[in-house]
Amino acid sequence: MHRRHFLTITGFGATALVLPVGGRLIAAEALLEVPMSVAAKKVLADVGLEAATAAGASYCDVRIGRYLQQFVISRERQIDNVVNTESTGVGVRVIANGTWGFAATNELTAMAVAEAARQATAIAKANAKIQREPVQLAPLKGVGEVAWATPIEKNAMAVPIKDKVDLLLSVNAAALEAGASFVNSTLFLVNEQKYFASTDGSYIDQDVHRLWAPLTVTATDKQSGKFRSRNGLSAPVGMGYEYLDGTSKDALTMPGDVQMYGNRYDIVADAKAAAQQAKTKLKARSVKPGKYDLVLDPSHLFLTIHENVGHPLELDRVLGYEANYAGTSFATLDKRDDGFQYGSDIVTLYADRTQDGSLGRVAYDDEGVATKRWDLVKDGVLVNYQAIRDQAHIIGEKASHGCCYADSWSSVQFQRMPNVSLAPGKKPLTPAQLISDVEDGIYIFGRGSYSIDQQRYNAQFGGQLFYEIKNGKVTEQIEDVAYQIRTPEFWNACSAICDESDFRLNGSFFDGKGQPPQVSAVSHGAATARFDQINVINTARSIG
Amino acid sequence: MSMLSEKQAREILDKVIELSKADECIATLTGTKDGNVRFALNNVSTSGIVSDIQLAVQVAYGKRVGVATINEFDDASLARVVSRAEELAKLAPENDEFMPALGKQDYKASDPAFVKASAEVSPEYRANVAAESIEPCRKDDLVAAGFFTDNTSFSAFATSTGNFGYHKSTTVDFTCTVRTDDGTGSGWVNRNVADVAQFDAKSEVARAISKAKGSVDAKAIEPGKYTVILEPAAASGLIGFMMFGFDARQADEGRSFLSKKGGGTKMGEQLFDKRINISADPWDNEAPVQPWDGENRPRNKIAIVKDGKINYMNYSRFWAKKQEKDAPAQPGNILIAGGSKSTDQLVADTKRGILVTRTWYIRMVDPQTVLLTGLTRDGTFYIEDGEIKYPIKNMRFNESPVIMLNNVEELGLPQRSTIGGGGPGGGQPIVMMTPAMKIRDFTFTSLSDAV
Repeated sequence: MHRRHFLTITGFGATALVLPVGGRLIAAEALLEVPMSVAAKKVLADVGLEAATAAGASYCDVRIGRYLQQFVISRERQIDNVVNTESTGVGVRVIANGTWGFAATNELTAMAVAEAARQATAIAKANAKIQREPVQLAPLKGVGEVAWATPIEKNAMAVPIKDKVDLLLSVNAAALEAGASFVNSTLFLVNEQKYFASTDGSYIDQDVHRLWAPLTVTATDKQSGKFRSRNGLSAPVGMGYEYLDGTSKDALTMPGDVQMYGNRYDIVADAKAAAQQAKTKLKARSVKPGKYDLVLDPSHLFLTIHENVGHPLELDRVLGYEANYAGTSFATLDKRDDGFQYGSDIVTLYADRTQDGSLGRVAYDDEGVATKRWDLVKDGVLVNYQAIRDQAHIIGEKASHGCCYADSWSSVQFQRMPNVSLAPGKKPLTPAQLISDVEDGIYIFGRGSYSIDQQRYNAQFGGQLFYEIKNGKVTEQIEDVAYQIRTPEFWNACSAICDESDFRLNGSFFDGKGQPPQVSAVSHGAATARFDQINVINTARSIG
Repeated sequence: MSMLSEKQAREILDKVIELSKADECIATLTGTKDGNVRFALNNVSTSGIVSDIQLAVQVAYGKRVGVATINEFDDASLARVVSRAEELAKLAPENDEFMPALGKQDYKASDPAFVKASAEVSPEYRANVAAESIEPCRKDDLVAAGFFTDNTSFSAFATSTGNFGYHKSTTVDFTCTVRTDDGTGSGWVNRNVADVAQFDAKSEVARAISKAKGSVDAKAIEPGKYTVILEPAAASGLIGFMMFGFDARQADEGRSFLSKKGGGTKMGEQLFDKRINISADPWDNEAPVQPWDGENRPRNKIAIVKDGKINYMNYSRFWAKKQEKDAPAQPGNILIAGGSKSTDQLVADTKRGILVTRTWYIRMVDPQTVLLTGLTRDGTFYIEDGEIKYPIKNMRFNESPVIMLNNVEELGLPQRSTIGGGGPGGGQPIVMMTPAMKIRDFTFTSLSDAV
């Protein structure tokens, strides 16, 4: 088995960015190899299913996975590292005597898979002795042999390393020429080749692609000793290399002349803008603390949605399975039954793993359930949670929501957050029109510092760019802004949401959960939205 | 078999070095065995054991570096991994910051890091930890959730320049959250040791139970500046965050809290209270670590902060050469000197204050000042006249450890923990010894309803 490794990249602000790196290191060309045919995978999976059934399992699923990653990491005028990894193996999950069991092997042989199936069954039987309630699995009809692939135009793994190196060095050069003191830019590419088979009669072959191109530009002022950074405003996406084609066809100019991006990203232009804005931050006025009407761009609002809607509505958290680590949730089952007012009546938040381009997009989840869209908060009222097959009965549903995921063949699949998005406003409204009504506000872009309590009530968020709004106009860039909220009050303070022409996806590429921890990638869509009278604090301090 | 003896490791490594035709070669073998049991809602949820062994071969042609890894060690596999690393190196762009491998070094062994009994923790032992955590809670209408993990590992390397090292270690880590079944009270405990004999689940869980029961019906107090007693686990989260910022390059480049106005760094400056002494020592009795760092430099005792003055910053070998500085090895542990008082004794000596069990979701707000935000969790209490008077609701803080360590009232007995170990946002763990800290004017900025 492959232990998860961590790659530490320094230079991202004052803290290191630590990345989970799975698998063994390989040559870039090997990323494109096809080591095993679908037919061979079916034969291997059937061996596992039969061995588990023979050993006494009432249910079994076999996941044959090949997980590929490529990281290209640069700083200023040099490439720090190019990392290609591959992790291949088989995970077998069973139910025996009403209890789950799991075992995994990195050997793709019939003997090893059968042994893993027997081992998983033995573990299930051993754990059944202390199990108080048997697993109840929501019924599922097998789908036979099917296949799905992320709709990509250009496989990022097939793009030569040299092109990626040249792109990042041109990004860094653009930032340095625009006055940056330092710049880091990175490409993260992920390809999950997953084959799922179960005793329900499903044989599902999926080829999933994701990509992220973060950058951090830092400006320093030697005289004052001040330094400020601005991160890139791109989104991690479930797309191919076409996302980075540099065309401006999806570029949007927001009020305050901030350049934002849709389904295409011009990373060089963003690096240039980042350098200019980081320099402006060094001299920008420090915010006066108090209550403001906040206008939140989707590049910022996605993280708020992630933290105070996505996480508290994970059913395993609600039930207490994550109590020791990630925590529980304020959104308890009685609140759903009582029609809890989660937000104002214009707020509808939905889960959806069918959106093309999103990080959570697949056709079937990691227990073979077809993905779908469903409401979590409808017209302001809490209506549902995120549940997988063994949880559906707890909330009175007959089927799983299709949000089960494992980050590796060697990890046990469990409930993970689907894409969760804020539905756009129903009436036509542009960001400029929305801002024209705001007298005293702050306009926030990008993901900054974020922290939230273990039941997801009290949160504090920063951002990348802050602009003052006075009498309906964006005036100037300001600094040292963070806002503090209580989740239900925040969503009930939502007074306007722009229409669907402003709807954009953003997301989190490495979202952590569980002990031992697993990562997943998830998108959140929103249009620009307004939140009235939110408490803003000033984060400037002096340490001499 | 994921653990190799020094002799077994050396045999494999010597073969690799022999096979390489590159300008230089560094071969590193690491093996781990991680056992764990996880429980929640008074039931075991998962338990397992993951063993792995891996060989990494790094070769260089001039400034072109290639790395390849493998987990098979027959002669053909070793030849394959060496040639793959060599192919990758030939294709790699030149790295201007490449530093050639060190020649032979002397590493003084840190043997107490490995404890046989910890390496022999069995599935039955783990199940028993879960049972001993769950049983007293079930009987008392409480709900336990926790995670116990035992890690045994070794690391060995050899270089074509004649250097060699071998080290093995064990770590046992336990955390447990106990909640009242109505969700109005929550307590937590953690324990981290190299020697499993020093761990007793029953007594640890008893502390979490007592905090869970004692935290029911918490009162809200007005956020603001308070004297706090941060238990070691609560303090280590904050201080640990700051310690990751002791990088000389960032400071020299003017993008660290250790950069100085007008240029240069704060090396030698009084940044904290005079009672603050932070050091590293690979041979420390309670927190022993591998006696070399990531660049294979031999670790030694270092004073990182001496009487409140900055005495050490971490120079990579490249940056040290560029800046013409000495480059001692990067610490593998952080030892914060404290006193001899227990947390209870610190409470007894406090007129008014707040006892904080655990800090949670700590994030950097402003790297310029190391301003951190986060929340209290699982046991926050108001102290009056030397006694715990009542539980209080959790609060969010916005505070810089730099300011905190200037507002020290008293330090208690240091306790061991590891930080940055594998969790979301984690990494290679660093062993810390952190005292309970009594700090004045600690800044709470809002209330949290979370229990």
